[in-house]
Amino acid sequence: MDEPRYDEVTKTYTTGHSYDGIEELNTPLPRWWLWTLYLTIVWAVIYTIAYPAWPLVSSATSGFLGYSTRGEVAAEIARVEEANFELNTQLAAVDLTTLQENAPLQQYAVSAGASVFANNCSQCHGSGAAGSVGYPNLLDDDWLWGGDIEAIATTVRHGIRNEQDEDARYSEMPAYGELLEDGEIPALVAYVKSLSGLDHDAALVEQGAELFMDNCTACHGENGMGDRDQGAPNLTDSVWLYGSSDEALTETITYSRFGVMPPWSPRLSDAQVNAVAAYVHQLGGGE
Amino acid sequence: MNDANNPPSLYAAQEPIFPRRVSGFFRTFKWWIMAVTLGIYYLTPWIRWDRGPNLPDQAVLVDLAGRRFYFFWIEIWPHEFYFVAGLLIMAGLGLFLFTSALGRVWCGYACPQTVWTDLFILVERWIEGDRNARVRLWKAKWDFKKWRLRITKWTVWLLIAIATGGAWVFYFTDAPRLAVDLFTLNAHPVAYATIGVLTATTFIFGGFMREQVCIYMCPWPRIQGAMMDEDTITVGYREWRGEPRGKKHEGTTGDCIDCMACVNVCPMGIDIRDGQQMECITCALCIDACDDVMEKIGKPRGLIDYLALSDEPLERSGGKAKPIWKHILRPRTLVYTFLWSLIGFGLIFALFIRSEIDMTVSPVRNPTFVTMSDGSIRNAYDIRLLNKHADDREFHMSLTSEELLRINLEGTDDVTVVVPANETKLQRVYVTARRGDPAATAGRTELRFWVEDLISGERAYTNSIFNGTGADQ
Repeated sequence: MDEPRYDEVTKTYTTGHSYDGIEELNTPLPRWWLWTLYLTIVWAVIYTIAYPAWPLVSSATSGFLGYSTRGEVAAEIARVEEANFELNTQLAAVDLTTLQENAPLQQYAVSAGASVFANNCSQCHGSGAAGSVGYPNLLDDDWLWGGDIEAIATTVRHGIRNEQDEDARYSEMPAYGELLEDGEIPALVAYVKSLSGLDHDAALVEQGAELFMDNCTACHGENGMGDRDQGAPNLTDSVWLYGSSDEALTETITYSRFGVMPPWSPRLSDAQVNAVAAYVHQLGGGE
Repeated sequence: MNDANNPPSLYAAQEPIFPRRVSGFFRTFKWWIMAVTLGIYYLTPWIRWDRGPNLPDQAVLVDLAGRRFYFFWIEIWPHEFYFVAGLLIMAGLGLFLFTSALGRVWCGYACPQTVWTDLFILVERWIEGDRNARVRLWKAKWDFKKWRLRITKWTVWLLIAIATGGAWVFYFTDAPRLAVDLFTLNAHPVAYATIGVLTATTFIFGGFMREQVCIYMCPWPRIQGAMMDEDTITVGYREWRGEPRGKKHEGTTGDCIDCMACVNVCPMGIDIRDGQQMECITCALCIDACDDVMEKIGKPRGLIDYLALSDEPLERSGGKAKPIWKHILRPRTLVYTFLWSLIGFGLIFALFIRSEIDMTVSPVRNPTFVTMSDGSIRNAYDIRLLNKHADDREFHMSLTSEELLRINLEGTDDVTVVVPANETKLQRVYVTARRGDPAATAGRTELRFWVEDLISGERAYTNSIFNGTGADQ
């Protein structure tokens, strides 16, 4: 660093900095600005003492204020749970058939149910609840085991066709591949397709109808409308859980289907079961 | 700051400035501007405006919690934020216009920093006396008199500062109720914190920082260089008339008698005779001071004056300067004025075509459609209905489309929805196409949602799309 030099052109001193002959004019900074800088340094030091800051080998200093973002989240969760305690108690004990008369509780149930659904149900039924092949679409008005809010709650609570819960809904369709002759299955497929007005081989319908009367009516009913007590699907509507192609129907009849849903109680609390039932019920197909 | 024998430090202490009292045209003009701007600032929240029973009766109110901005008969909703954006653009263009035409008039007359500093200096003068008395007091020891004067001054400053911070919070909630709450210590801590912060900044910036704010903290003095040109009117010294300066009996020939009046009145502590400088806020007080002196010594006014740089050669050669309006009316300022008015008219137009009811439609796309048991195809839409009226309204919903589609609302067999006063309501709406209808089998079908306010008969519509099975295949 050189000595400051008086520059005649600008009538200003230089700072004395000179790099490759380029000098810097001295336009003094206000002294309070310098104090502001010192103040921020002091502030920074206090901050690192007060808040988590300095990295150690396996952790970091925690700061004398004891603050942590994780603790803040925990406090926030505790606060929300406390605030919702009253509503959750009501929801756990509510008679679901009268839930809709209690607008604030219904509203709470639906929004709580939406997050329960997103966390626990969307893996199979999809985030939009539209399901996929083998996993029922919960938006439509077709229900295997019943679509009123209590039936939905029962399904959620005990699940379907699982061994863990003896109250689980249960039924099993025989695999007709072992029971029927060759050639009979295509006839049955043709008849089943005719029930809901799908394109089918008309020549096989008569034989199919006979086979249907002999084998299927016990569960699906004489007119194919199904039976919710046994979870037997309605074969006359347009909703097909496993698809309505010849191949899909042949596979269903030959090997049967065995869709399983786990029981959600006690993994979900009673309030959560009721909440998710209320949510599913208002998705557009509830009865 | 820089003298040839004494290299300065890298850091400079604040030079104390004691602006002398001055009177004249610009000083009077500035008093008026101060009265009007401060009057608007302190009084506006107290103006009442009847909007009916469900709405606040404060004429100007920024309701952050309710997300509404009320300005007399205008009510702005969050989705109409473009009005605020438009006003900000107009403010920007206005600043460009005024700066290119008249230099830093904003700094000199209207900037809050200038207005409040002016007010604080006024208080200082009332309590401690004019320039000479203040210089003496500043040099004096801290005896009883100095303490008494200083504490009186600081107290008055602090009261002004509290009033300034206090007035700000009244813009954000009902002013009379908040005033009572503030005095009974029932107001929200945010209100006290806001008042505290604004009190501190007003007290410090107006009382102690003053010109330091303009010189070191504000970006505008730097930006203005790009905004001004040789036709811009700005405060200048006619050095071709004033120089060589000096006392008359010393035999100098210039008009400037070096009385330092212009320097003594300057709130920025500069000498305008050094030419244009970044510190000058063009408050024009030096013009008043110099004109006063010129009259006393029998010389023409205007040794220090509002000037345009382009007039200098003309005046040096003895010619007459162009009239001010010829400097101001030039393509650049006309373009700014045009753009400014264009946005202004656009905003006014937008204000008049706003309707009191509105809707936004977001189609549910997860899934795009649902097949119902009877084979019909259903789409869902989340429709947000807006009711800007001051009472509850029943909205009738319908749709038009070239195809046969049916509409029904979730949770009701009706197609009417009650939307609370001055609120929005989110309603899920289902649209269904029967099995085999063109809309059910097509990919996309256009449709239009209508909403009608059954009381006023106002209607609004939004176009959307119906998805059929065709889109999936």
